Amino acid sequence: MKYVLLFGETKERAKQWETMPEAQRTAAYAPINQWFEKYAGKITGGHELQPDRTATTVKFNKGKPVITDGPFIEGKESIGGYAEVTVADLDEALEMAKGWPTGGPVEVRPVVDRGEPQR
Amino acid sequence: MTAALVRMLGDFDLAEELVQEALLEAIEHWPKEGIPEKPGAWLLTTARRKAVDQMRRQARFRDKLAQLEGAVMRDDTAEGDDRLRLIFTCCHPALSREAQVALTLRAVAGLTTIEIARAFITSEATIAQRIVRAKRKIVDANIPYRVPEERDMAERLEEVLAVLYLMFNEGYLATTGEQATRRDLAEDAAWLAGLMVRLMPGEPEVLGLLALMRLHLARARARFDDAGNLVLLQDQDRNRWDQERIGSAMVLLQRAATLHRSGPYQLQAAIAACHAEAGTWGETDWRQIVALYDALLELMPSPVVELNRAIARRHRDGAHAALDDVDRLAEALGGYYLFHATRAELLRDLDREPEARAALRRALELTANPAERALLQRRMDGLNTENE
Repeated sequence: MKYVLLFGETKERAKQWETMPEAQRTAAYAPINQWFEKYAGKITGGHELQPDRTATTVKFNKGKPVITDGPFIEGKESIGGYAEVTVADLDEALEMAKGWPTGGPVEVRPVVDRGEPQR
Repeated sequence: MTAALVRMLGDFDLAEELVQEALLEAIEHWPKEGIPEKPGAWLLTTARRKAVDQMRRQARFRDKLAQLEGAVMRDDTAEGDDRLRLIFTCCHPALSREAQVALTLRAVAGLTTIEIARAFITSEATIAQRIVRAKRKIVDANIPYRVPEERDMAERLEEVLAVLYLMFNEGYLATTGEQATRRDLAEDAAWLAGLMVRLMPGEPEVLGLLALMRLHLARARARFDDAGNLVLLQDQDRNRWDQERIGSAMVLLQRAATLHRSGPYQLQAAIAACHAEAGTWGETDWRQIVALYDALLELMPSPVVELNRAIARRHRDGAHAALDDVDRLAEALGGYYLFHATRAELLRDLDREPEARAALRRALELTANPAERALLQRRMDGLNTENE
């Protein structure tokens, strides 16, 4: 079964992350890279996302697309990245999420299973 | 076209619904992508695809439901492992606490939704919906139906015990004399804890939780007077305590102790046991109780436990020392009626009556439970008459 792990960051942490000196950032990535290596066999997709400030949102006002600056999730948290994982069940996905090293929350969502290849 | 689908699905309403959905999809796609060469075939293919989705989902849902329901109410026949799987699935941490409670009562204890609704003073529809949603999540998120692996066991067992303890408190604390007709959730919770003891006899905290429940239940008859008023531990008629239940709880605690893994439920049961063993209020071993609270605080730091420790200190070290401890909790417990009720008692001990009255007023504002309110009101009246 496929799940997507959405990696959350507080906006404050995301900012710290950006302003970190290069060497420190490389060091901070080490546990994240380890996590990805550990679960390489189960991760079937995903990306780290560029920060919130790069986001553009298309909203629909009575069907008419309106382009606005910023993410559509409002509040203190933002999504820093996601990984698609293929595992047996929720417990296995939760086990992976529990080992996520950034300190930020991880939302685990099953993907819709159409039971056939995507069109 | 509907008929072709009905043959496939064996369900006319569903087939019609899917044809409608296919038409909606056509309305959305055709203006943009142009009308396909064979519109009828396009529609049928679309509807079929939807039918297949639907059947897959339903089949999965039915299988899971059958697993869940199959284990309900098979007291003597169900294999122990099956029941454990069921309990751990109902109490999976991916479900909300209220869903865990409702599902466990329904699937493991075999209560009807009406009985559960009555116990929680809510509508049957609310409980039914809660249970349906929980089952949906089990199916859709693929929550596994199994006993957790060793590495997760401690955490998952804690979750199960927390569900049972919440259920117990819901029944025990909400009970009043007038509500004799309300289903006794506390007894249901104790039955479930007993089941857990049979299924996992080597887990000391399970034994501790059952002992704790039995010690509380042993005092149940003495907790209310004939008029339905709450009677505090110190004023209870100890002859009305159920000695047989106390004895069985003591045996459980001793069994737990031989496993040499202490835990919060065993410690709380040990505290309750100190009270149960005291022949009179005056014989209570406060030194031991304060020591047990210290041990509990080490395992489970919590302002509520600190408040209880302070109450015990009142009897060991006097109201001054206890009030100092209680006042330190003001920030954490300012919204908790027992914090103010305790302060009121201590202030009264120290002859600071106006402050005691203010604290009682605050406590009254913070609880809606009729038995508790009546008790606080009696204390307030007591203060007023002493003053006259």
